[in-house]
Amino acid sequence: MDISAILIDWFPFLVTGIIATVGLVLSALGVGFVIGLPAAIGQVYGSRPVAFLINVYVWFFRGLPLLVLLFLFYFGIFPAIGLGDVSPFIVGAFVLGLHGGAYQAEIFRGAILSIGEGQMTAARSLGMSRTQAIRHVILPQALLIALPGWSNEYPTVLTDTSVCYAIGVAELLTRASVIVSTEYVAMPIYLACAGIYLVLNYVGMKGLHLLERRVSVPGFESGGD
Amino acid sequence: MDQIAFIAEILLPALWGGFVVTLGLIAWTAPFGVLIGAVVAVGRVYGNRPVRFLSRAYVTFFKGCPLLLLLFILYFGLPSIGISLSPFVAAVLGFIFCNSAYDSEYIRGSIRSIKEGQFTAGLALGMTRGQVIRHVILPQAMRRSIPGLVNEFVYLIKYSSLAYMITVIELTGAGKMVATRYFTYNETFFVVGMVYLFLVTLTTIGAHLLERRVAIPS
Repeated sequence: MDISAILIDWFPFLVTGIIATVGLVLSALGVGFVIGLPAAIGQVYGSRPVAFLINVYVWFFRGLPLLVLLFLFYFGIFPAIGLGDVSPFIVGAFVLGLHGGAYQAEIFRGAILSIGEGQMTAARSLGMSRTQAIRHVILPQALLIALPGWSNEYPTVLTDTSVCYAIGVAELLTRASVIVSTEYVAMPIYLACAGIYLVLNYVGMKGLHLLERRVSVPGFESGGD
Repeated sequence: MDQIAFIAEILLPALWGGFVVTLGLIAWTAPFGVLIGAVVAVGRVYGNRPVRFLSRAYVTFFKGCPLLLLLFILYFGLPSIGISLSPFVAAVLGFIFCNSAYDSEYIRGSIRSIKEGQFTAGLALGMTRGQVIRHVILPQAMRRSIPGLVNEFVYLIKYSSLAYMITVIELTGAGKMVATRYFTYNETFFVVGMVYLFLVTLTTIGAHLLERRVAIPS
């Protein structure tokens, strides 16, 4: 059978893999955001013990290889706490999220720190509480500043999702490998797979650039104080 | 079994061999990664059109293709066109491609950050373009790239674990074997993780020292 026939035959199979990969990317970015933003706020404004604990989290999840984290959670921690039946997809999304959250925390922390301290003082002197100042003054600006850095998380997370192959998540690379071992043609399938990743990468980055342009505030570039 | 005894008597000796292989992977990759990264960066900035296009394609492909897929291509794919690589060589090659693509981005940024007047001045002194790049631009650009290159080195330490997926028994692979045999996933991968953390932390400290050593006063 020639390659195009194989690819057409397996197309629906590959598409479900693409959907799983995109699902992993979105949930990983989502979980990472939900963890990363509060972590960054805690690092900057939290009490000493809180900031210390968050630093340990960031150090740990940035220092360990993703593969080791996946093995640790999938074979070790999840079964040990009675969640051995959880699907590999959930474990993969969760671990990618914890891993990405540590990186996102660094991005948001940098953005928060880039905003002049005078703004906090000004908001406080207007009678706002610390929480109000963070929510209504600091964060709206910090998120805008963080966006370009945050966008760069997308291609990283996209390529990282392929490591979930190791715990048997049925994502794009896993699906491609199944085709390779069934049809005994390796190179064209792998290259097609690489092409799909490049397209996903390109489309996602285009979307993020559009978002950046849409939310940009004219004349607001640095941190301004 | 007592956990301390397990770690000291079984786990650590079993991990030692893998640790050495991991160091080997890193040691073979890093120098070539930086070297090829520098060549690609120079090609992208100073090359003619085809060279610029090729070096850009190189970076786009190797940054966009997941490393694990790249390893599969080199190890499972190449034999189908008659090239068989040992797992270790396939892993090092894959790491070099990936590492050099990222390194080249940092080096390119540093080259761009050096004022164009320096290039003109070099030419005015009678140097050839190649000489200016080698003796004026790169010595400065490489120094400015150090923080970025260290960052990539840290990534390299971590993604060297992917070599296990093409059957190189490095640190993670050695850990997986012990964990499966003794059913001690938590202890084993925690210890394996600590070894990586140790390497990463050591690199960060070493990088600060290196930066200070090669810094140009003022």
